[in-house]
Amino acid sequence: MVGPIIQFSNVSKRFVKGKETITIFDHLDLSIQAGDFVAIMGPSGSGKTTLLNLMGGLDQATEGQITFNGAAISGLSEGQLAAWRAVNVGFIFQFYNLMPMLTAERNVELPLLLTKLSGAERRQRVQAALALVGLRERTGHYPREMSGGQQQRVAIARGIISDPKLLVCDEPTGDLDRATADEVLLMLQTLNQEMGKTIVMVTHDPAAAKYAHRILHLDKGAFTDRELAA
Amino acid sequence: MSLVNQIAAVTALNFKSMPQRTLGSLSTVVAVTLVVTVLLAFLAMGEGFQKTIRGSGAADVALFLRAGAQAEANSSVTRDQLRLIEEAPGIASDASGKPLVSGELYVVVDGIKKSSNTKANLPLRGISLKGTATRPGFRIVAGRMFAPGANEIVVGSAVLKEFNGMDVGSTVRFGTSTWTVVGVFDLGGSIFESELWADIDVVQNLFQRQNVFQLARVKLEDPSKLVALKAFSEGDPKLKLEVVSEADYYAKQARSMTGLIQKLGWPLAIAMALGALAGALNTMYNSVASRAHEIATLRCIGFGGLPAFVGTLLESLALAALGGLAGSLVTWLLFDGMTASTLGSNFTQVVFKFDLSPFLVLQGILIALVVGVVGGVFPAWQAARMPVLHAYNRS
Repeated sequence: MVGPIIQFSNVSKRFVKGKETITIFDHLDLSIQAGDFVAIMGPSGSGKTTLLNLMGGLDQATEGQITFNGAAISGLSEGQLAAWRAVNVGFIFQFYNLMPMLTAERNVELPLLLTKLSGAERRQRVQAALALVGLRERTGHYPREMSGGQQQRVAIARGIISDPKLLVCDEPTGDLDRATADEVLLMLQTLNQEMGKTIVMVTHDPAAAKYAHRILHLDKGAFTDRELAA
Repeated sequence: MSLVNQIAAVTALNFKSMPQRTLGSLSTVVAVTLVVTVLLAFLAMGEGFQKTIRGSGAADVALFLRAGAQAEANSSVTRDQLRLIEEAPGIASDASGKPLVSGELYVVVDGIKKSSNTKANLPLRGISLKGTATRPGFRIVAGRMFAPGANEIVVGSAVLKEFNGMDVGSTVRFGTSTWTVVGVFDLGGSIFESELWADIDVVQNLFQRQNVFQLARVKLEDPSKLVALKAFSEGDPKLKLEVVSEADYYAKQARSMTGLIQKLGWPLAIAMALGALAGALNTMYNSVASRAHEIATLRCIGFGGLPAFVGTLLESLALAALGGLAGSLVTWLLFDGMTASTLGSNFTQVVFKFDLSPFLVLQGILIALVVGVVGGVFPAWQAARMPVLHAYNRS
């Protein structure tokens, strides 16, 4: 562990809905170390996904500061955030979010289209990433031709293809059976342990959370275990 | 390079996902096809009409018309005036040295259209044999020329095609007189092919217009002699006729009718284009809505809003362009070269061919692209502004 990769300082998040203001977080502090594997648990509506969105640069805090490797990401414009995400964050969604009309290799290649890599370099990296997730033989297959577990592995390959430091996972095993879920979680654990990826995972599943180094419990916008969170 | 890659990727995704929206995409293509077909049909009609009439005028032929007469039908020239015209300078002569001046009488008779089996006005032109010498390209393609002094007519090839009872050997009745069709003539697709010709003296007698012509047609030595001819007409108080080149006369006739056709065609096409636009907007909004999840996922990954905008706009443009091309093809297949007849400026039928020129096709494609741009720009903006959090919504 080499210091915090993500730091929330006094972060508040509020939504205005009609005449009502809904507070999700109020002056939240959080620190996640580089190379950590953190599971965030909590009941529906506790703010788990909002927290993940703030970490992943998909949403902006209403107040306070969020830093990534010491540099503030709060206050960046939409375009700056998109560029920042392309370099620093890999996303893994519950429903994989693959493009149904693209093959596995084309799906994995998508983040590399944002780089200056040549076509040959992109293809080389895609093959390596698909081999890493055990799908070397499925490169030409479309998502509809693959199982849920295989689709999630393609999504993981897409998440790591541009070598981001942070992987944010929103219920990555929520749509999978137990055995497949364990395979995916083992893969995330390997990425964390062997490649040093920092992983933040939202999950409802206590068995999934056990793969993480630490578990943060969130309820009504606040961590119920202060020591672990801060 | 990265931006180009992004745009190419998003555009490819849009096109690849089109089969999921076949019906909507197809309805936009069909709507644009209809717009372009209607517009091009009108424009091809105008173009064909204009070509026929313009092709009828030569720069080295001058027409003498009554001052203020807008068209041949309103004009009159007396026999005395015709004799004076024969003395004018700059007029070409025939082989026997006589000036090529043709006094012509233009009367309206009834014909029966083959297409509708209804009566329509046909022009019967009284003409001397000298009149054919002022019309280069004139040739009898069936039968023979009318004999001077006989109740005989020759018919233009367009009349033969469009009207009943005009075959060689047929007899036709105009008022109290009976005529025999003795020949068919061609005149390079010009308006004269929509006419019946007979001997001027016979027409004058049978229609009781002795000593009266409607115009004098003269062959000039060269087009520059027109100026002298005008000066001659203005300088003689017994003439005071308007002198115009035949080319200018028919160009003016063509402008007024073509203008009318275009004034009908464009508003109709624009009204239909508005309908197509609504269809295109609907299709493209649906397209963006059905791809919201994918667009948002791309935005999560780091794609910018511009590629989403351009990709959506290109999809709309592609559908519209397809409609434009289909409309051009349909018009070409259905209308190009089709013979039709309409009322000309002399209130007689002018037979012409629809003419779909590349320039008109370009106009059709242009209106299709306008529909594509306007129909695509708002949905494209929506795509560019797609909240990234839509990535969490299962499509």
